[in-house]
Amino acid sequence: MEVQYSGDVMTLNMGPQHPSTHGVLRLELKTDGEIVADAKPHIGYLHRCFEKHCENVDYPGVVPFTDRLDYCAAMNQELGYVLAVEKLMGIKINDRVRYLRVIMAELGRIASHLIAAGTYGNDIGTFTPFWWCFRDRETILDFFEETCGARLLYNYNWIGGLMHDVKPDFGKRVIEFIDYFEPQVDNLNKILSDNYIFIKRTANVGILKPEVAVSYGVTGPNLRGSGVAFDVRKDEPYLGYEEFDFDIAVGKGDYGPVGSCWDRYMVRIREVKECCKIIRQAVAKLPPGDVRETVPKRVKPPKGDVYMRTEAPRGELGYYIVSDGSPKPYRLKVKSPCFTAMSAFREVSRGVMIADLIAILGSFDIVLGEIDR
Amino acid sequence: MESVDQLLQLIPYYDLLPEIIRAMMPAFVGCVIILAGLLLTILLLVWFERKVSAHIQDRLGPMEVGGWHGWAQTLADGLKLLLKEDIVLDTTDRTLFKMAPFIVFIGAFAAFVVLPFGASSIISDLNIGILYILALGSLAVVGIIMAGWASNNKYSLYGGMRAAAQIISYEIPAAIAIMTVIIPVGSLSMVEIVNAQQGGIQNWFIFRYPPLIFLAFVIYFIASLAEVNRTPFDIPEAESELVAGYHTEYTGIRFAIFFIAEYANMFMVAAVITTLFLGGWTSVGPTDSQVIPGPIVFYIKAVVLILAQMWIRWSLPRLRVDQLMYLSWKVLLPFSFALVLGVGWLAVYA
Amino acid sequence: MTPQEIAALLSEQFEDRVLESKTDEINPWSDVKSEAVLEVSQFLRSDSRLRMDHLELLGGVDYKENLEVVYVLFSMEHRHRYTIKCQLSKESPSLPSVESVWRVANWHEREAYDMFGIEFEGHSDLSRILCPDDWEGYPLRKDYVFPKSYRDMPV
Repeated sequence: MEVQYSGDVMTLNMGPQHPSTHGVLRLELKTDGEIVADAKPHIGYLHRCFEKHCENVDYPGVVPFTDRLDYCAAMNQELGYVLAVEKLMGIKINDRVRYLRVIMAELGRIASHLIAAGTYGNDIGTFTPFWWCFRDRETILDFFEETCGARLLYNYNWIGGLMHDVKPDFGKRVIEFIDYFEPQVDNLNKILSDNYIFIKRTANVGILKPEVAVSYGVTGPNLRGSGVAFDVRKDEPYLGYEEFDFDIAVGKGDYGPVGSCWDRYMVRIREVKECCKIIRQAVAKLPPGDVRETVPKRVKPPKGDVYMRTEAPRGELGYYIVSDGSPKPYRLKVKSPCFTAMSAFREVSRGVMIADLIAILGSFDIVLGEIDR
Repeated sequence: MESVDQLLQLIPYYDLLPEIIRAMMPAFVGCVIILAGLLLTILLLVWFERKVSAHIQDRLGPMEVGGWHGWAQTLADGLKLLLKEDIVLDTTDRTLFKMAPFIVFIGAFAAFVVLPFGASSIISDLNIGILYILALGSLAVVGIIMAGWASNNKYSLYGGMRAAAQIISYEIPAAIAIMTVIIPVGSLSMVEIVNAQQGGIQNWFIFRYPPLIFLAFVIYFIASLAEVNRTPFDIPEAESELVAGYHTEYTGIRFAIFFIAEYANMFMVAAVITTLFLGGWTSVGPTDSQVIPGPIVFYIKAVVLILAQMWIRWSLPRLRVDQLMYLSWKVLLPFSFALVLGVGWLAVYA
Repeated sequence: MTPQEIAALLSEQFEDRVLESKTDEINPWSDVKSEAVLEVSQFLRSDSRLRMDHLELLGGVDYKENLEVVYVLFSMEHRHRYTIKCQLSKESPSLPSVESVWRVANWHEREAYDMFGIEFEGHSDLSRILCPDDWEGYPLRKDYVFPKSYRDMPV
């Protein structure tokens, strides 16, 4: 949209401390009244030198650090890292570990999408779906707590296995939760996704075209919201995802052009239902076994480098590990999905209003821990 | 007012006071009673809002303070606000900064002098009653713009400007929707409007000339939500975008005054709707055999409307600025014009 | 296309500018001369058999004698992945920017500059992205020494 700017352009800082920037993000806005001429993101307020720390800690010790990257979906962050190291070392895990990892990853995905949906409602102005989403997320966190002792940052996926086994009736209770939870998603749709005002605020805003999305390296629900059906779990399966029967949720442009904020948000909601499908199948197939069977005594990968990517809730999470044969990583680089999504933000948000800026930022679902590392 | 007069005669040596003071005393005492009653009501309303919002959000709300479901929570919060440090920044325009909360406060409270709480419970029966209330709504805008400008903060400025645009735009459909009620009554006085609805529930204006006045009620309800800055029209104080909009920089008792003014506004608007559309203090059956006193009926109707306002606040998202303007100028305004034409035609020819 | 085919295609197209290729490892890569990076990237993106339109990772690595920039590329259409590496000297590490080929390289290159001091020629806005704008030193280099203070505040 070509915008004519009348009057003076005011510089406003949607500063590091702001209720709706989902973390410490600074947006330097140049506004003309309510219209945003330019929105330049400044990151780095949460930079904790993750990559430098990893060079000084041994391989199993990196796992708690990876938790703290994207703290809303810690299970998936750990999973990506241990899969990369296992690929480098050539470790084969047994089936119990494999299915448990899938169940935990999908539960983590549901928990993360519930945060995304709830806080997006908060940004748009409705405070009720936030509480409903968090009420359901509490049950998932209870599952995590009884298994590994922590609600948010787990250190559960270890290289070659898992920290602890789950309780004997875990599968039954997970299925009960999923049975209770699937109708709650319909409730959420009634109050938020199909709400007329919500649609008016998001369905014509922040259009991200597919070519622009691919060029900016956007992946995950943000890319699928633009209509590109690409999911690492289907296209380059890991952990045996090829044997599960599930669909990829893709934005179809129900209420506006494809690639709007509403599409990206709705892809997450539809994905939650697909996660429920996967969890049911995984629980049904869960065999008995020992989860620490294949954990190596000493992790010393051979010399070389590896790149492994997994589907984190926010997109495609990639770990690039360079090993020089010692017990500590020589170089560990993380390609975080939110980092690439944020790089597309400036282009998508030209010429919109301030309220739309908040809507676009919320629809990208960023977590600053992952962007800044 | 007669009862107030009789009460005042009981004060010893009352007749020795100068004439002018004796003329003003009944109104003055009435205002003090209204102020006290209103502050108590606001205490109750804040607690009520927290409970309603909590139950809609599947949680409990205040439970501790005061024992039974935390009824004294507002008292505790009010006390806390009073004890806070009063920060007035150097960079603000100090006079305007300090005046702004009080102007908004006045805009909310001064409307209560013309509201008929009962058959003879009204402080001043102005013959331009409803016009006076509409005018006071505009006064609140001045206070909000002052707060936004004097804070010397770009976010507050945004809040102030948005509030000005919003309140001014929604006053027009509100006023025109009210005209549909004025036409059958023939007078702007609030007491006359209530008297025209006496005799039972079928005489309430909301059920007359169906469905035209019912639609006018809906339009006025929506416009009044915008007047008092409640969701879905709360962009001036949109917490997620502008931190706290025009009252970002206010702390302690100044913030408490803004807060009280918002709830007083809510109650005032509910009271106005009750008077105009729902029969005011008249009860469901014929008026001469009314058992429940007028003020209690009035109060109950106003609280039901406030419950509707709160319900809407906690369910709906917020409209964007341009969508809000669109709603006012392109949807509500033409509809309200059409309704006035319809009611006028029916009143003259039918 | 298999990694061997991609390596063969690259060698055929760029001859001596592709220095070395290792295609048997877990992560097959080719080493490219730093001046040729932009041309190689454009070829990888536009050639119809390769169509590498997704830059997955652009990062720096500090091997003690030299620096290295790693590009991990993926093709959405053909679903194959390949890695390009580029060795740089520690004294003056600079190479052309691939921002014009993949827009995401803008931020990745800023991060490589911030952390390693690698200069990307032709970048539209090469400034520090994670550290403050006036930070001194390149943190992820192996010989980095933490400063004692920053703007008179003890670190």
